[in-house]
Amino acid sequence: MLNKNIYLILIISLVFSVSFWIGFNVNLLPAEASINAPIYDELFKILFIIGLIIFIGMTIAVIYSLFKFRKRNDQIGDGIALEGNLSLEIVWTIIPSIIVLLIGLYSYNIYDRMGGMKELNHNHEMMSSNTEKIWAGISQTSDNEIAINNLSIEVSAMQFAFLFNYPKGNFISGELHVPVDQKVSMKMESKDVIHAFWVPEFRIKQDIIPGQPTILNFTPTKVGKYPIICAELCGPYHGGMRASIIVEEESDYNEWFNKNKKPEVNL
Amino acid sequence: MTISIDPQKTNNESLQPKGWLRYFSFSLDHKVIGIQYLVCGFLFYLIGGTLASAIRIELASPMSDFMPRDVYNQVLTLHGTIMIFLWIVPVVNGAFGNYLIPFYVGARDMAFPRLNAVAFWLIPPSGLMLVASYFVEGAAQAGWTAYPPLSITTPQSGQIIWIMSVLLLGGSSIFGGINFIATIIKLRRPGLKLMRLPMYCWAMLGTSLLVVLSTPVLAGTLILLSFDIIANTGFFNPVLGGNVVVYQHLFWFYSHPAVYIMVLPAFGLVSEILPVHARKPLFGYTTMVFSIMGIVVLGLVVWAHHMFTSGTPPWMRLFFTIATAFIAVPTGIKFFNWVATLWGGKISINSAMLFSCGFIINFVFGGITGVALAQVPFDIHVHDTYFVVAHFHYIVYGGTVFIIFSSIYHWFPKVTGKMLNEKLGILHFAITFIGFNLCFAPQHWLGLNGMPRRVAEYDPQFQFVNQISSLGALLMAISTIPFLINVFLSVRNGKDAGDNPWNALTPEWLTSSPPPVENWEGEAPLVEEPYGYGKEISERK
Ligand code: HEM
Ligand SMILES: [Cu+2]
Ligand SMILES: [Cu+2]
Repeated sequence: MLNKNIYLILIISLVFSVSFWIGFNVNLLPAEASINAPIYDELFKILFIIGLIIFIGMTIAVIYSLFKFRKRNDQIGDGIALEGNLSLEIVWTIIPSIIVLLIGLYSYNIYDRMGGMKELNHNHEMMSSNTEKIWAGISQTSDNEIAINNLSIEVSAMQFAFLFNYPKGNFISGELHVPVDQKVSMKMESKDVIHAFWVPEFRIKQDIIPGQPTILNFTPTKVGKYPIICAELCGPYHGGMRASIIVEEESDYNEWFNKNKKPEVNL
Repeated sequence: MTISIDPQKTNNESLQPKGWLRYFSFSLDHKVIGIQYLVCGFLFYLIGGTLASAIRIELASPMSDFMPRDVYNQVLTLHGTIMIFLWIVPVVNGAFGNYLIPFYVGARDMAFPRLNAVAFWLIPPSGLMLVASYFVEGAAQAGWTAYPPLSITTPQSGQIIWIMSVLLLGGSSIFGGINFIATIIKLRRPGLKLMRLPMYCWAMLGTSLLVVLSTPVLAGTLILLSFDIIANTGFFNPVLGGNVVVYQHLFWFYSHPAVYIMVLPAFGLVSEILPVHARKPLFGYTTMVFSIMGIVVLGLVVWAHHMFTSGTPPWMRLFFTIATAFIAVPTGIKFFNWVATLWGGKISINSAMLFSCGFIINFVFGGITGVALAQVPFDIHVHDTYFVVAHFHYIVYGGTVFIIFSSIYHWFPKVTGKMLNEKLGILHFAITFIGFNLCFAPQHWLGLNGMPRRVAEYDPQFQFVNQISSLGALLMAISTIPFLINVFLSVRNGKDAGDNPWNALTPEWLTSSPPPVENWEGEAPLVEEPYGYGKEISERK
């Protein structure tokens, strides 16, 4: 009996250490380039490790049973008439419930840290007079905040391109330029069908919905050029609907901005 | 007074064709209808599989060079629609349900045999119509989800035929669902208690409840969508003030439960197969029943987890995260119980057993990525990417299709009176298992690293991994060859099976193989312990 328990403990600790090792050493994700990314990756790592423990454990249990309890050639008759075991069943109801609940609470916390739980449009009186309803996006900000923020950009999506309007500079660009380490607020609208704005390195995605503008905020943290990918089937050229986001030092960004800025016209 | 739904005398035998010809007739025999569902479903599976191969050939290179881009979207739409509405749903429900449920409740036929035949005969014409629509000018190309406004603005004739076909198939599955509920509740042999029914009955009861509650919502939604297309109404068309997100809510209210319509029957089937080949009682019968019902209830309230990026309010995202993750609990209970059923058995390692164990391993993997996807922050990054494609194929292929094959190996002797060849069966399993994992496991990485789904062209950095995936798909295509050879050879020259080759205890094995027209020569046997393995006969209740 003691021997059996020792083997069990050994196997369990082996499964745990292998899972933790893989979880910490195998990287399945692309570079981290926004404030969101490391928060996301933290959740990913936890889920990956828990998943590995369960998967490896179950696989071992199945393969071990097939091997250990296989019918030898000369054997006849049945296995043991074991129909259930109440305490065992209670254990494997309660433990998964706790794990699932903890994961849920943890991911709520992660989501909150990403800014996802912020209520949009708290000012309801304003809302009712306003015909345009802005739908809750990710990392939302209120309308006021967007107005104050210098880096508010209007995105319009159409078959099969993204256009970026910089209202402050009164110009439209096919490439999204943003300065590093500053919060960007985007209001996104579609001209035809549903599209989606996805930057894998930022770990953010938001649908762009015709008739219902959505909000997306992010703060890039690493200079570089990243792909913007449309992630919602939008027609034959859906696979080709891409753009780039260029994250640059503030001085470079300002230079680009000033070069493109249209002069104010006084009418 | 008791109300009894007696099956009408099923067959006017002198008028029915004999031999294999009866499978081409409007037969009222539940066994014939079951086989009709299975064979018809399998033919569509071959078509859907051919389309899948075409998709994987296109994706073996980053450019869109094998077929034009709009054709790719048509092929993709047709593949998804066929696999769901013409293969998985009809087979795990219609085929096995029709064949097994009357045996399990001790009836001579289904409650409404004519409705049953109608339900089946809706399928071939609507399926053919769907396939034919591919050759119409402008076949449906908005994906199997048919989200507006894309489905409104793409060429319309194909989309309308698509809607008609899905409506008819939905009708067929509602008829089937009503029939199963009535049969299980009303036609039970006197003395057979609910808590002694074989587990597949419970699974089908739960599934049929889902079918009856959610399929009408899909039907209504698609009818509104067709109004938008034909009559220029504005339910979902944003140009006319319609709301495209409302469509998504309505669509997923059906289509999320639909995944349980695809996997719950498979859970039921594996619960029948494992005890027989492990020679042990099904572990934890009562918790198994409750977990089925738990999955049904939770399955109805989690649809919005498909819409985390569609602009749903934060509280809604939170609710759907928790509800979805909790489905893992009843599901997990079932998996632990199956492993406990194996534990301490005398396991025969044969094709049926291998496919069932393959199912457990694949489904656990798919379930784990499912719990991850339920977490809003996790889902936001991978939604609509290859990660999702990988996840759901682990569920529908690695789960349900594996169980369909397992079931075929298990019940073939009952249906035909012949055994299938085990060597070919194990070869079939090995190629399928390797091909499947090679095809779909790498796709998780693709999704995490930036490959969206439903694209004919992609970033060249993903080429190598896509080629591995396509190689896996090739193996899966090859794996059907030993299976088909096996079936054809065994039907003709297979070893005689006898009535009960596995020495099983469930009622379908207590009659001849193949069974006579009304299932039993005399009265239906009363099986109170369908899983009484390991006990002396005298001990069995
Ligand atoms: C025979 C092996 C199979 C292979 C190689 C295969 C492959 C594929 C591929 C490559 C896609 C395209 C993914 C995308 O771009 O979004 C796809 C989509 C899909 N597959 Fe399969 N598949 C197979 C079996 C199945 C089965 C058995 C089902 C059963 C339900 C299924 C259901 C779907 C669905 C619903 C889609 C999504 C279609 C859409 O986006 O509209 N597949 N499959
Ligand atoms: Cu797009
Ligand atoms: Cu797109």
